[in-house]
Amino acid sequence: MSEILLQIDGKEVRAREGMTLLEAARSAGIAIPTLCYHEKLEPYGGCRLCLVELESRGGTRLVVSCVYPVENNLVVRTRSEKIDRIRKMILELLLAHAPDAFELQGLAQEYGADKDRFEKEASFCIHCGLCVRYCAEVKKKNAVGFVDRGIRKEISFIPEIAAQECWNCKECFPLCPTEALQAAYVLVEALAFPKASSAPGK
Amino acid sequence: MARNHSPAELEALRKGILSTRDPHKPLITLCSGSACQASGSKEVAASLEAEIEKQGLSEAVNLRKTGCHGFCERGPIVVIHPEEICYFQIKPEDVPEILSQTIQEKKVVDRLLYTDPVTKEKIVQERDIPFYKYQERLVFGSNGSVDPKNIEDYLAIGGYAALAKALTGMTAEEVLQEVKKANLRGRGGGGFPAGRKWEGTRQAPGDIKYVIVNADEGDPGAYMDRSLLEGNPHAVLEGLTIGAYAVGAREGYIYVRQEYPLAVENVFIAIRQAEEYGLLGENILGTDFDFKVIVHQGAGAFVCGESTALMTALEGRAGEPRPKYIRSNIVGLWGRPSVLNNVETWANVPLIINKGADWFTQYGTESSKGTKIFSLVGKITNTGLVEVPMGTPLRDIIFKIGGGIPGGKKFKAVQTGGPSGGCIPEHLLDLPVGFDELTQAGSMMGSGGMIVLDEDTCMVDVARYFMAFLTDESCGKCVPCREGMRQMLKILTRFTQGQGKEGDIELLEQLSETAIEAALCALGKSSPNPFLSTLKYFREEYEAHVREKRCPALSCKALIAFHIDPDKCQACMMCLRKCPSEAIVGGKNRIHVIDQEKCTKCGTCFEVCPPRFRAVRKTSGEPVPPPIPEEARTIVRESKPK
Repeated sequence: MSEILLQIDGKEVRAREGMTLLEAARSAGIAIPTLCYHEKLEPYGGCRLCLVELESRGGTRLVVSCVYPVENNLVVRTRSEKIDRIRKMILELLLAHAPDAFELQGLAQEYGADKDRFEKEASFCIHCGLCVRYCAEVKKKNAVGFVDRGIRKEISFIPEIAAQECWNCKECFPLCPTEALQAAYVLVEALAFPKASSAPGK
Repeated sequence: MARNHSPAELEALRKGILSTRDPHKPLITLCSGSACQASGSKEVAASLEAEIEKQGLSEAVNLRKTGCHGFCERGPIVVIHPEEICYFQIKPEDVPEILSQTIQEKKVVDRLLYTDPVTKEKIVQERDIPFYKYQERLVFGSNGSVDPKNIEDYLAIGGYAALAKALTGMTAEEVLQEVKKANLRGRGGGGFPAGRKWEGTRQAPGDIKYVIVNADEGDPGAYMDRSLLEGNPHAVLEGLTIGAYAVGAREGYIYVRQEYPLAVENVFIAIRQAEEYGLLGENILGTDFDFKVIVHQGAGAFVCGESTALMTALEGRAGEPRPKYIRSNIVGLWGRPSVLNNVETWANVPLIINKGADWFTQYGTESSKGTKIFSLVGKITNTGLVEVPMGTPLRDIIFKIGGGIPGGKKFKAVQTGGPSGGCIPEHLLDLPVGFDELTQAGSMMGSGGMIVLDEDTCMVDVARYFMAFLTDESCGKCVPCREGMRQMLKILTRFTQGQGKEGDIELLEQLSETAIEAALCALGKSSPNPFLSTLKYFREEYEAHVREKRCPALSCKALIAFHIDPDKCQACMMCLRKCPSEAIVGGKNRIHVIDQEKCTKCGTCFEVCPPRFRAVRKTSGEPVPPPIPEEARTIVRESKPK
């Protein structure tokens, strides 16, 4: 693996070929906020919070750092007025769903996001896909998946698999940035397995 | 049918086919594309078959069911060859007369001809009809002359000659260079140069490469790719095969919407026939080039027209785009280099190889070469599919070919490029159509949708409509698109309901910036376009909705009201009788009054009030005058002096 030299926030950063900008930045102690990123999972590029600015051809362009591969001589900025403005908007859009999520609240404070900018929506899920992807990629069980698309998209446990696998796992629970997963899980449990919830060992 | 083992055998076969076809023998072609089928062409076909039998003409005339002729407004269309007599809006009951008069007596049936709306003259041949006269149908023209279910029709017009030429007369590199020189740009949306895309794939490392046809056309009102694939599937297959040869692919995919049953059917037949004739499969035309084509029927998601989402769906997963900082022509389907072009782009390839890049580039503008097929729909006299050279002014397409706006209404804007495109206003009507020209005007070429809007169309409502479409079709993977559009749609809907607030337009602009800068794919990045382009040219309409709660086009139901002008009402009872919600009070010799509480604003009274009275008024942003007092409602008519 050849070494790659790039500049992030004015700092010379050494990275290995194949790394993403996010990995390179974090390895150099530079923080970039993320919601859908997890080091054990394939980068997803869904929350878009990790976007950074690249200097290219005299101008700048925004890319998401969790998927953008490092290149020699890249000049990267992780904060700017524009980046902050977009991160603030992304947070405000998500806060309409999960106004009380600790992780969002912390970021909201940093970026000055107003949790009341948009009308509240009943769904608490912010569609980061961590539970879905963790179950598929790490556990290889696919007990939880996305159903439908767009604004109707939601996570859903597949009862046949969940009944077999989830009791002894629950590793996706702590991954959820909004604690919505537990709610969804409990809901499925209550609706689909009314007897199972009183089963011994619970 | 024996396989063709060489280009010479293919030529011999072509000559054989032509020798059995007498060019002087009457031939009836009937448009059997989806649009004409919807207006009854299947029934006409059945009637033609039965009547030919009945009049004993089975030996004297041939019948051919072709693809879409383009003039869908006037379908079903029948053309009698060799004279090329064109009949429009044919019903089964017209068939006996067509056969007895035109086929037997060689007489033209005047009443079935096209009447020029200006000169009122009857026009016999297609080429003299304004709708066709100003077109240049290089790609779409063959649609009307071949039966898509019969490969021999395609061979008869020179089909697969380009493939033979490419495989045996040109190296793969030469084919690539020809397409590059032609500057063929992708007809599916982005306008990316096909040659450069192909070159990337050709040069990318790896033995396994793919070529893919994007037939997932899903823009509201657009059906050019559908019609091309239905009407001339071999042209697409031939182009695809040539592309596969150029980039070194041995396998190709056609991603076609399952909701396009005729396209699916015809493409399956075409693949089977091409294989039988040695034009697909192993050792094509006796060369060592093998190529197989697999049809994938998509479940109908707009986002699957996006290249990475389409490839993800082909791989058997949910059709969601993936970040493409490395282009899919390098890392595409199953991680292999893959060329994806849409139906129309592939259909251009045989023309370029047959006639050369120099011939192709004589059509079009500096940066957009060749022709483009547009789907001309909306408030337009001649609905249909039109093909014009790039650079043709919008005005010519809409007025010369399209015949202008029906009902004496005024043109307001044309929406191009599909839902993520934009609206172009009247003062830009002389804009030549081209990839860059449309983008500069704040819209885009897209795949060629063209929806004409007249003065009664509310631009805020148009933006809301397309935003609703895109919101519904968003895959939901990234926040700026899923959540941004959710909020944009809410705000635009509020505007049309008279609930817009100060600051909403600015909020929409900020949401637009987030989508453009941060969304994952082209659908998301272009999702604010319906709003941005209408704001750019029709800001005053937005302001009227937000500030004055007024809809200048008198279209948004929540913002309009109907009342009857007491000075004009003649108490004719028309509106009173027709009102579905019984909201009109009045009677004989009693001036009618609309009860605003009961009125559902359906507009029936406005439409049925006789033009000589014009007593019903539609208003917006102004208070409805109070109803005239009961005692003043009686009309006293003076009897005419004898």
